[in-house]
Amino acid sequence: MRYLPLSNTDRSEMLARIGVKSVDELFADVPKNLLLKEPVDLPRRKGELEVERILSRMSAKNVTASSVPFFVGAGAYKHHVPATVDHLIQRSEFLTSYTPYQPEIAQGTLQYLFEFQTQVAALTGMEVANASMYDGSTGTGEAVLMAHRVTKRRKAVLSGGLHPHYAEVVRTLSDMASDSVVTMQPDVSGSEDIVSQIDDSVSCVVVQSPDVFGNVRDLKPIAEKAHKHGALLIAVFTEVVSLGLVASPGSQGADIVVGEGQSIGNALNFGGPYVGLFATQSKFIRQMPGRLCGETVDADGNRGFVLTLSTREQHIRRDKATSNICTNSGLCALAFTIHMTLLGEAGLTRLARVNHANAIKLADQLAGVKGVEVLNKTFFNEFTVKLAKPAAQVVELLAKKGVLAGVPVSRLLPGAGLDNLLLVASTELNTDDDRAALVAALKEVL
Amino acid sequence: MLNRQGRPTAAGEAGINAHPTFTGNKALAQVEPLLFEIGRYDTTGVDIDEPEAFTPRLGGLERKEAIGLPGLSEPETMRHYVRLSQMNYGIDTGLFPLGSCTMKHNARLNERMARLPGFSDVHPLQPVSTVQGALELMNELGRYLVTLTNMTAVALSPKAGAHGELCGMMAIKAAIEARGEGETRKVVLVPDSAHGTNPATAALIGFVVKPVPAREDGWVHVEDVKERLGPDVAAIMLTNPNTCGLFEPQVAEIAKAIHDAGAYFYCDGANFNAIVGKAKPGDLGVDAMHINLHKTFSTPHGGGGPGSGPVVLSERLAPYAPVPFVHMGKNGFELVEQASDATEKPFGRMTAFHGQMGMYVRALSYMLSHGSDGMKQASEDAVLNANYIRAGLSDLLSLPFGNKPCMHEVLFDDAWLKDTGVTTLDVAKAMIDEGYHPMTMYFPLVVHGAMLIEPTESESKSSLDLFIATLRDLAMAAKNGDKERFTGAPYHAPRRRLDETRAARNPILKWTPPSPVAEAAE
Repeated sequence: MRYLPLSNTDRSEMLARIGVKSVDELFADVPKNLLLKEPVDLPRRKGELEVERILSRMSAKNVTASSVPFFVGAGAYKHHVPATVDHLIQRSEFLTSYTPYQPEIAQGTLQYLFEFQTQVAALTGMEVANASMYDGSTGTGEAVLMAHRVTKRRKAVLSGGLHPHYAEVVRTLSDMASDSVVTMQPDVSGSEDIVSQIDDSVSCVVVQSPDVFGNVRDLKPIAEKAHKHGALLIAVFTEVVSLGLVASPGSQGADIVVGEGQSIGNALNFGGPYVGLFATQSKFIRQMPGRLCGETVDADGNRGFVLTLSTREQHIRRDKATSNICTNSGLCALAFTIHMTLLGEAGLTRLARVNHANAIKLADQLAGVKGVEVLNKTFFNEFTVKLAKPAAQVVELLAKKGVLAGVPVSRLLPGAGLDNLLLVASTELNTDDDRAALVAALKEVL
Repeated sequence: MLNRQGRPTAAGEAGINAHPTFTGNKALAQVEPLLFEIGRYDTTGVDIDEPEAFTPRLGGLERKEAIGLPGLSEPETMRHYVRLSQMNYGIDTGLFPLGSCTMKHNARLNERMARLPGFSDVHPLQPVSTVQGALELMNELGRYLVTLTNMTAVALSPKAGAHGELCGMMAIKAAIEARGEGETRKVVLVPDSAHGTNPATAALIGFVVKPVPAREDGWVHVEDVKERLGPDVAAIMLTNPNTCGLFEPQVAEIAKAIHDAGAYFYCDGANFNAIVGKAKPGDLGVDAMHINLHKTFSTPHGGGGPGSGPVVLSERLAPYAPVPFVHMGKNGFELVEQASDATEKPFGRMTAFHGQMGMYVRALSYMLSHGSDGMKQASEDAVLNANYIRAGLSDLLSLPFGNKPCMHEVLFDDAWLKDTGVTTLDVAKAMIDEGYHPMTMYFPLVVHGAMLIEPTESESKSSLDLFIATLRDLAMAAKNGDKERFTGAPYHAPRRRLDETRAARNPILKWTPPSPVAEAAE
């Protein structure tokens, strides 16, 4: 087997050195009747070529985002990732290293985490950011738990514009922890009266902007009301590129900002791995979940970086920890940081403008199609349209025509009576031809 | 000391840095400033054209202030991150015997497979008809995991080991609530030797953690478990093989006692690498077990993630598996994304989408490559390698539970360092100077000054021989009073020992500009 260096001669010599006759003597503690005599019932080993053939065959059965006019978003976005990013994250010193528990030989990881934290804090307009969460949805669940620790209250109010899967992750966690959650009705127009839900019993209010229907939400009045009642505003985003153009959640009064960072540096990957961004104010750092990288000096006085404030964490605090998180999304955070470094402020803001401009063009073109109504007054690179027919059916028909048109709202919110709504996203990748193809295909099926 | 560019100017200790350089670099050992000290606010390494003029539709919520994100051109970016990478130790650099972390070879075939466009360039919410191959892969991975463990079902979506623990414990909680015992069964038994994630996970969802004390032989005893069992116990969280590097010989009896008391057996699968193809957790009576794909099935650790923590479930817990999951329908593979669409009783959802697809591909590529014969051989070699290290060091280092066979990792304590003035931490740092990543230190907590060594099956005999010889040399040096070799170590790493107390006392968690960002941006 090509990955196993020991020869049979090595094995015999080693067994002799250990003082046993067979390797099964080393498994003596396994109950005899449960020790398997034969390999399990799975195929035997394969060469690289054979594995490549099997997996390539599976891969070829999927329609890739790059191969068709592509308008699918709702929490994951197709952007162009520079070749440099994927090359660098495959450097073996990054790829094959562990969580930087030995900082003297992990300064590469620690320095990029410090850069990542700085970038995320700047983007979100917050004072501190952690070294990443699994993704935006799990990060949102952690943010709610953190708000409960800070406020010592146990009730969250979720906006009807929060991604339904995010809301479900929060509800699952809250139900299990016996915390209460109020979920607002789906809010297609971004006009819900969420402030009326905030009172002295509320720990946090969770609002996404741009929301799942694409609306850009003004967070300031919500933050004001929340703070008046001693509650926290958790601001969520699923499209981090929007922060290049939209006022930061921090500038609007958010206490915790959490979101999905996949758009920068990371591929669609059918849903993962992604990278959760998590930022807050300095006064809350001891209640934060996740790893934190901090600056210090070494014995010679040279600047260096270490994981810090680990007394919050599970390996020290055990059942008193702020979170059970251990592994996070290190390499995806690196991809984010490298892509963000390549973009810089100039590149990110331009990328955001291109996304917004493309979405505006698309919205205007779709508004001219009979049987399509664009519902949004505000949006960044994604908006909701109302179709004359059920969106799921239309999306299937369009897929057969080679256009991936978006996400039917009914897939996220079945039974909500929103079957004719479709979420349509447009990034820098969409060309005039893509838009024309979508418009033409819609005209045919509607 | 640091100069304006953040480069060190101190000469360091005589003999080590006897010939200070102007740059602070030492040939290939480059000193690299922070991005924020070399980047520029008007520089970009990505060529995108400005869009045609448009009227924003952001409802007046446009960003008005600068962000504060410096950029670099492409060659500068490449150099910056390559230099950072050169300050890191990885599996490809050398032996990485981090106990309980299974730092095995990361085959690049798996990287290539994960980047096949049909896996990496598909969206989680595309029509199911356009992702049949992706669903097939998930289904196949699930079949492999269920077969290797002899369990009934698998929940693939958890994002890492601790997330998998959470998923498994949620399934247990759901099952208990379905039995109407949610209010009475609140206790989860956790041995003292467990990973910190176990008690943290149980506490997160409202369980009360009760410890099972450690015995002097490193094993959990069935009578210690029985003593604590009662109508208030929901589950035990047991790691097997355990964190002392030992297989729990009474695991089947413990499972039976747990089940007889109406509770569930959660197994922490962090150490599954020792027994893949040798024993099936389902045969041992396990109800739920997470599998760290980033340990046992070699998906890269990536400096701390991403991981992936699928959970296999027994027949009793299978109905509670969270959404989404894949099954074969009449029109091919189907994806159940809503609890209301399921015939079972999913407890909820762990994450927005379908989990770590990129890791699924890598893990399946590993399994296909090894095959059932190769996976069995890998486990045997992992165990053989750990025992070879034990045999090579048992006369100089101290084994807390006696010189008996271990699984895929061998645990030493610090009794052998008594009166030397050298600590486990010092030994770890001296190993760095010798070109090794240290072993896991001070874990498990049940052993004083623990040193947990897991070589994995990826090491050759000659590599192990050199490692053993090195540790023997270090042990002799410590015993012979060469304290300085340890207490000042590392001498040769990119950094000397770092001041962690200072970092925690006055946390500096981001770079702050010497002058306002707005000014610098102009």
